[in-house]
Amino acid sequence: MIGQQAAEGLVARVLYSSAVDGPGNRAVVFLQGCDFDCAYCHNPETRNLCDHCGACVGACPAGALSIAEGGGEGGERRVVWDETVCRDCGACVRACPKGSSPKTRRMTAAEILARLERRKPFLSGITVSGGECGLQAAFLEDLAVAARAAGLPVLVDTNGSTDYSARPRLVEAAEGFMLDVKAWDQGVHRALTLAGNDAVKRNLGYLAGAGKLAEVRVVVAPGLVDAEACVRGIAEVLRTAGAAGRTVLKLIAFRREGVRPARVALPGPGREELEALAALARSEGMGNVVIV
Amino acid sequence: MRAALDAVRDRSLTVSQKYMALARVAESTVKALPVSDAVQALRDSGVICDLYEGAAPFRPRYVVPDYGRFVKQGSAFLGLEPPRDLDEALASLLVLYRHVPSITGFPVYVGDLDALIEPFLDGADEDGARKAVRLFLLQMDRTLTDSFVHGDLGPRETRAGRLIIEESRKLKCAVPNLSLKYDPDLTPDGFALLAAECALDVAKPSFANHRIFSEDFRRLGFEDYAVVSCYNGLPKGGGSCTLVRLNLAKLAPLARDRADLLERALPEAVRLQLEYMDARVRFLVEESGFFESDFLVKEGLVSFERFTAMFGLVGLAECVDAHSEGRLYGRDDEADAFGLEIVRRISEQVAAHRAPCLEAALGRYLLHAQVGIDDDKGVSPGCRIPVGREPELTAHILRSAPFHKYFPSGIGDVFAFEPTARRNPRHLLDIAKGAMASGLRYFSAYAADADVVRITGYLVKRCDLERRDRTPDLQNSAVLGRNAVNNLGVLDRRVRP
Repeated sequence: MIGQQAAEGLVARVLYSSAVDGPGNRAVVFLQGCDFDCAYCHNPETRNLCDHCGACVGACPAGALSIAEGGGEGGERRVVWDETVCRDCGACVRACPKGSSPKTRRMTAAEILARLERRKPFLSGITVSGGECGLQAAFLEDLAVAARAAGLPVLVDTNGSTDYSARPRLVEAAEGFMLDVKAWDQGVHRALTLAGNDAVKRNLGYLAGAGKLAEVRVVVAPGLVDAEACVRGIAEVLRTAGAAGRTVLKLIAFRREGVRPARVALPGPGREELEALAALARSEGMGNVVIV
Repeated sequence: MRAALDAVRDRSLTVSQKYMALARVAESTVKALPVSDAVQALRDSGVICDLYEGAAPFRPRYVVPDYGRFVKQGSAFLGLEPPRDLDEALASLLVLYRHVPSITGFPVYVGDLDALIEPFLDGADEDGARKAVRLFLLQMDRTLTDSFVHGDLGPRETRAGRLIIEESRKLKCAVPNLSLKYDPDLTPDGFALLAAECALDVAKPSFANHRIFSEDFRRLGFEDYAVVSCYNGLPKGGGSCTLVRLNLAKLAPLARDRADLLERALPEAVRLQLEYMDARVRFLVEESGFFESDFLVKEGLVSFERFTAMFGLVGLAECVDAHSEGRLYGRDDEADAFGLEIVRRISEQVAAHRAPCLEAALGRYLLHAQVGIDDDKGVSPGCRIPVGREPELTAHILRSAPFHKYFPSGIGDVFAFEPTARRNPRHLLDIAKGAMASGLRYFSAYAADADVVRITGYLVKRCDLERRDRTPDLQNSAVLGRNAVNNLGVLDRRVRP
């Protein structure tokens, strides 16, 4: 790596403490940009990349946004975000014609670890999430390697669209992967996410076989997700890989709060439906099923 | 006489609470202590306050018996042989608790419970031992009726420790308050995790930083310490004669500016509080006869050489805010640095003082971050960041930690967590361990919907907090808790995700 420039990640947010992004207390690094467009997305502002159109600048009540003409690497105009004045009110996101956010920052793995230095005694590790962190695989790999060396194991929270078998160094360095299976049937998956799921299924088998699949998640959203097929399909792949007993299967009840109303009108699942799915998963050999 | 009649007629007090109220009235009729005009002026303005200790101290405020010695030797005064099995041990302890004095009438320390009980579990069957421990805890809650009653656990894992934590979690009682003495080298994760899970449900045990406490007390010349009452660190086999507090929130307006505060108002107030403490200590030691006549002293369960006294302070946040031109304590680094300077100055002046008639710690008084009293309004406990402006969780702990080293006799922070934290108790344990590693002396946590709520340092059952019918409370501390909820916004603490 000597002489080579460290990869930069486009970071939407660094959270110092989270109870819901993996076991123990974890710092969370959210990366900007996602290649799925899930109907039930709860963080739609992390999907698209900012194109520096400047529409948000006037909308900011705190004066935290400004335009820097020629501020970009190629001399193009940039929207600049001043974190110290930002009140996190969300006006910029509401004003963005792309539904994106100007509050991102280019950071190297070393910069992220420097930020977390004082927090280390509090942390079980770092979870990298998004957006879709797999889209910035070079940076993700750097971060996983550097964080592990610093004593902070990395969990990768991913939609599985990136082929991780092509990234053995990342897979080796990461503590594990938390993989979303959005839908099992290709057609259902396309309808829900506007993308296919061949890569997701390949990753499911590959990561399970590599002993790096920490958790598989299915968001149970009636009418949008073929949850039963997901449970059966996941169980079959994991049984084949010999990982069904140890891998956590999380069944997450869809909640309407925070979702773009134009995309979803349906209510979440009932408790009975979740319990029935959990029972199915157990009968299919899954050893660690959790309802959230 | 009016006050006495009021106490007699009060429909919201039990008869035993009336005895206590009447005793306080009687004590207030005597003028036993020499109090200078300057001290009296600061008492009248609320800058110096003795926290209802009374006008003629006749027992130390905090008595910390060596219960280990008691179970080895029994008691001649109580007519008890040394206990031979678990039933005898628990019965003997319950007898002794009844005779350990304090300001409230109930013992502020009931022992390092796990270490006391563990030897008697040899050969005891699991179900029998569990039932005995449950009844022991239940009897404490229903007879030692205020939650300044405090027991210690750890740092090592024991069968007794597990039983006490598991049964406390099931019983959901406010009494006893519990601390886990935590040392990363001695306390296994599994045991600490059990404590964290219990804390989410019943707000105890808290995590006490065993390394910091034991080092501090060793340096002060004591073999061992206990955490008692709210979170007070005190020498085991001794205690504290008195606790008087300096209300910095009320001192702040008496100073023109920062320089005037640091150079004039503060050192003068500290000097006067020390003078007042000296007078109280001298009366207790030389006039009351406690150290000559009480059986705890005669039988060696406490000894005079291990009695110190506590110099308390409260309302640092409001004092700093008053002299920081809009910058806020807990939010602004410069304001925090000024707070640290205030505490450093107090600490230096207190450390330089020698009590005229105490031998413990060479006559030094120990600094204590007092949590407030129930009628305080707009006065934050000790050095705490006020409710309503708490920073992000780990930032909060890192901001608070530098203050903790100055307070060997107690300082602590309390954190409320989302109920969903129960799905990942390891998260709370990570935070507690990080807090200990960052130099926090004492860390308390509970889930925002827990059955027991930590008020400032003591505990009250949620149902007692929510009661509004003005009938008597079994536990005195429930009354304090209701007032504190109104005056200090205890239930409005930032809930941590």
